[in-house]
Amino acid sequence: MALSATDRALVRALWKKLGNNVGVYTTEALERTFLVFPSTKSYFPHLDLSPGSAQVKAHGQKVADALTLAVDHLDDLPGALSALSDLHARKLRVDLPPLSPQLLCHCLLVTLARHFPGDFSPAMQASLDKFLSHVISALASKYR
Amino acid sequence: MVHFTAEEKSTILSVWGKVNVEEAGGEALGRLLVVYPWTQRFFDNFGNLSSPSAIMGNPKVKAHGKKVLTSFGEAVKNMDNLKGAFAKLSELHCDKLHVDPENFKLLGNVMVIILATHFGKEFTPDVQAAWQKLVSGVATALAHKYH
Repeated sequence: MALSATDRALVRALWKKLGNNVGVYTTEALERTFLVFPSTKSYFPHLDLSPGSAQVKAHGQKVADALTLAVDHLDDLPGALSALSDLHARKLRVDLPPLSPQLLCHCLLVTLARHFPGDFSPAMQASLDKFLSHVISALASKYR
Repeated sequence: MVHFTAEEKSTILSVWGKVNVEEAGGEALGRLLVVYPWTQRFFDNFGNLSSPSAIMGNPKVKAHGKKVLTSFGEAVKNMDNLKGAFAKLSELHCDKLHVDPENFKLLGNVMVIILATHFGKEFTPDVQAAWQKLVSGVATALAHKYH
């Protein structure tokens, strides 16, 4: 299930379009995840999760930066995300798929579909879905 | 059993009222086959599924998609008794079609994404939440008679 040349081209093209606003969409994705799948809130007892929270926005930006890092390193996702994998596995101990990370990814797809319907072709959806699965796998690589 | 508040029901009905079942059905099934290609195993006799454009343009995909989404309309009419409404379809999917119930969740999520592309601004987190509840309820109801 490696990312094909088409997958990479589509993901990079979308990321270029998002420009400096990736954080806006990851923040919306996070807000959706907390509202739609309340069990995910259990990982953030230390944050104010109310709508519009500055802390959620800050966290959204962290997620955005990590995803942008991933897009810039499509040839070596496990390597690029190694430190984040350690963090999620050892310190944060977030559940592995099919639980929480996949819920966030789904909400990110919903967010992007909503804001960029013209760009969200079936092929784009497939490539993004694949890319996010790879990110989740790379994050999971240090779990055990 | 999943319980819908009056507000959730009203949200769902309001969105459903604006859905073009024929178009959305074809799109939902098409995207399922494109994004999760292993689901094509259930549609061997559908002809050309060799590329995203072939899939999305395939008349059998569109026709079957319409069938699937029309049936989904039953869910919208029977939110208080999804298990009852889908009992026969559940048996069919298990005994005759041999579909792994995990696939129902995939289709449900594809439907939510399609609603997002169509409704844009209107597809707020609250609207998404109501619809996730419905698709999840339908997936559970369809799996209910499996043995």
